[in-house]
Amino acid sequence: MSYLPKPKLHHPKLPTNAIGLTRRDYEGAISTLCAGCGHDSISAAIIQACFNLSIPPHRVAKLSGIGCSSKTPTYFLGAAHGFNSVHGRMPSVLTGAYLANRDLIYLGVSGDGDSASIGFGQFAHSIRRGVNMTYIVENNGVYGLTKGQFSATSDLGSVAKKGAVNTDQPIDLAAIAVQLGATFVARSFSGDKEQLVPLIEAALLHEGAAFLDVISPCVAFNNHPGSTKSYDYVREHNEALNRLDVMVPRETITASYRPGEVTEVTQHDGSVLRLRKLRTEHDPTNRASAMHHILERRAAGEIVTGLIYVEPEPTALHAHLGTVPQPLNALGDAELCPGVDALEKINAALR
Amino acid sequence: MPQPITATNDFVVKFANVNGSGSASANGLFAKSILRMGVPIASRNIFPSNIQGLPTWFEVRVCEAGHMGRRGGVDMMVAMNPQTWDRDVAEIEPGGYLFYDSTRPMPKSKFRDDITVIGCPLTEITNNAYSDPRQRQLFKNIVYLGALSALLDMEVEAVKAAIAAQFKGKEKLVPANYAALEMGRDWAIQHLSCPIGLRLRRADAVGDRIFTDGNAAAALGAVYGGATVCAWYPITPSTSLAEAFERYCGRLRKDPETGAKRYAIVQAEDELASIGMVVGAAWNGARAFTATSGPGISLMQEFLGLAYFAEIPAVVFDVQRAGPSTGMPTRTQQSDLLSAAYASHGDTKHVMLLPEDPTECFEFGATAFDLADRLQTPVFVMLDLDIGMNDWLCEPFKWDPNRRMDRGKVLDAAALDAAKTFGRYLDVDGDGIPYRTWPGTHPEKGAFFTRGTSRDRYARYTEDGGPYVDNMQRLLKKFHTARLLVPHPIATPAKEKARDGVIFYGSTSAAMREALVALQAQGIHLDAMRIRAFPFHDDVAEFIAGHERVFVVEQNRDAQLRTLLVTELGIDPARLVPVLHYDGTPITARFIQSAIAERASAANVLPFRKATP
Repeated sequence: MSYLPKPKLHHPKLPTNAIGLTRRDYEGAISTLCAGCGHDSISAAIIQACFNLSIPPHRVAKLSGIGCSSKTPTYFLGAAHGFNSVHGRMPSVLTGAYLANRDLIYLGVSGDGDSASIGFGQFAHSIRRGVNMTYIVENNGVYGLTKGQFSATSDLGSVAKKGAVNTDQPIDLAAIAVQLGATFVARSFSGDKEQLVPLIEAALLHEGAAFLDVISPCVAFNNHPGSTKSYDYVREHNEALNRLDVMVPRETITASYRPGEVTEVTQHDGSVLRLRKLRTEHDPTNRASAMHHILERRAAGEIVTGLIYVEPEPTALHAHLGTVPQPLNALGDAELCPGVDALEKINAALR
Repeated sequence: MPQPITATNDFVVKFANVNGSGSASANGLFAKSILRMGVPIASRNIFPSNIQGLPTWFEVRVCEAGHMGRRGGVDMMVAMNPQTWDRDVAEIEPGGYLFYDSTRPMPKSKFRDDITVIGCPLTEITNNAYSDPRQRQLFKNIVYLGALSALLDMEVEAVKAAIAAQFKGKEKLVPANYAALEMGRDWAIQHLSCPIGLRLRRADAVGDRIFTDGNAAAALGAVYGGATVCAWYPITPSTSLAEAFERYCGRLRKDPETGAKRYAIVQAEDELASIGMVVGAAWNGARAFTATSGPGISLMQEFLGLAYFAEIPAVVFDVQRAGPSTGMPTRTQQSDLLSAAYASHGDTKHVMLLPEDPTECFEFGATAFDLADRLQTPVFVMLDLDIGMNDWLCEPFKWDPNRRMDRGKVLDAAALDAAKTFGRYLDVDGDGIPYRTWPGTHPEKGAFFTRGTSRDRYARYTEDGGPYVDNMQRLLKKFHTARLLVPHPIATPAKEKARDGVIFYGSTSAAMREALVALQAQGIHLDAMRIRAFPFHDDVAEFIAGHERVFVVEQNRDAQLRTLLVTELGIDPARLVPVLHYDGTPITARFIQSAIAERASAANVLPFRKATP
């Protein structure tokens, strides 16, 4: 039995959010991943972000492909519909779902095997189409469910648990997302909740293709010396660009900031992304500079994290297609069926 | 020399052209002019996988009796392509006619002495009349149309009316085309003996029928059926289906006030993404489809298994072409039946609809969405290149004004509140069809996890054998329910008591009906059944049981429908005699007639057995 419902009981004084839900209302079934798996921390961050934003859980559609990461949507937002689809094909299923109903929040969860190898094409095309979604890759550099093969994000020279050395170049999904025209690109680390939760919040509020590459160590197969995706390695080489606070429009800004440069980016929905810059030369609203910065820091052996790029006024696929504002799945016979008279005219024109 | 063929309103004209030379437009005018004289035609394009330069043919069968299949044989060849001259000339029936451009003299050895040769200096005429090279090329086609109108005794007013209709909205072009038409017609009247033995005569045999192609009809069916999401990838011969959907939606599906679209069309990066988007959209409550051909079906296999197992409605228009592999991409076949019926790994079975002409493409194109929603499963509409890409004279489209979309068993928020329990895969009604919910419906109830992995009746993940088998059996039960909901077969009894029967489907139907008439004239009586869907209705098994032998006529090598009949109905294969045509050309009545007559005529005929190693 690998479906473990959580007991519903909770402390009566748990804090509630703006819609009266507790954090527990955003949870799912008990995880069946390995103890210490980075993916569970990401699930917890998603739960926290949705709770913080007071999102009604059932208005989220959570979709995934196949793999350890793709199992995780079962472990958060139990009141939301989920779809564990086909290996590498989450982006197309999510695109279709978004076409059917533009009013839901689409959260796609994928892994590095799912998105950088078998699903590289679908990852790319969903980004370049501007699907309004939050696309999270839980990136551990390894195939977990099939026990430890290298993935396409494994760094050159990275050593596998049994000693094999990776000789292929890595794919940097965040860099590629910037190149493909993603309107929100961030990278984070599953072990850095402080950084990750606000990034997920900002991505969920972003009305365009938001991509998050989250390095998430695999405790079973890729957390040893020689791995470049272990907890220790990532902590040592993490080069955070900025620290983010997300303010939804109705919130008054109460946080106090340490001295340093602060940049504010107002997203289309009115939410404010307040960035405490840790590297002053990086401008997160300049695509070319974002690209340059990723490449430069990579050459220096650092893993760039934080908000890499954001377009404050993104457009999304429905706008590109010129569809009606109502969800297509809500249209009825009157709106969809042209009727008998129109058909008679068509018949006449075909005679 | 044999007597030149004489025939009125019953002959075949074939045009041999070079692809990209503008001939398609003139040939279409020829076809439509005849229809305007009230005489039925069946026309077919035989074209290469090429944009410009390779040979292409257009065949027009004039048939007042109304046979819409391909007849076989050519009574008049309009030979406009030097590349294919020899084979084109060889194809003419003895006593037939050859029309060609006589500007450049041809050696006598290039002709036959058992046909009538009609030369017309088309290049010379157009070179004299026009200076622009493109005009010379395009109007050459209209000039030969003019010459043919005189030779075949066509009503010039009918041709002019067809030209006017063709250039509706571009009226400026009409006078120039009239002039070219008259140029050819006048030359023929002055220099040739007009009319020849093949003649057209006004009739009243077209009625209110329409002239359209199956791809456009299926696309219109999707519009009427309420499809809102189309995800597709270009592939011959299905491309024009998605394009027709876009065209019809542009006219019929925009918000009249804002112009915003009540549909979304995405040209995907490949067929995997196309079907993925369809599955995602249908999961989320939209009516969604894709259009593809055999290679696309191969690529979609994994998703089709997911849609079957996760029970997601998806509509797939498969415009079949000749396989395997790239095969003959511009030639017709009915060779995807097995790959569609059992698409994907594991135990799967899929619903297939088998339209016979554009009228049924429209009807099934709409019904497919009701069936997919009702049955919560992929539904294939199996066109082929012959139906999909050729214009057919067929019954007008009909729509019942009281018809409403059947969205199937979908629970909304109120229904969820009223329900005692919700189990996504619970067989509440005993028909194998469970209830579903769309994402975002209710804050607390009805959410579930969709997956291709096994689960119990409440959509909870499990790898236990018991719930897995329980679910697979329910899917079988659902498929059994489907046989009653899909279009039923149509039986046509023979005029006299028949020992044998014949089963056919799809684009074979027109040729089959003609063959039945011819066979009957030969004294061979057959009860006939046209199958319109899979799974098979109970009538199919009864029909087979009622006959000693049943011929199964198909356009593929491996007798794919016969395999389905044997497998699904447990029929003794010896009783099902395959009649197979699969060279990529549409099957003809002549072929069927001779293939069946050969096996049926001898009284002491041995039962035909499939040669298996």
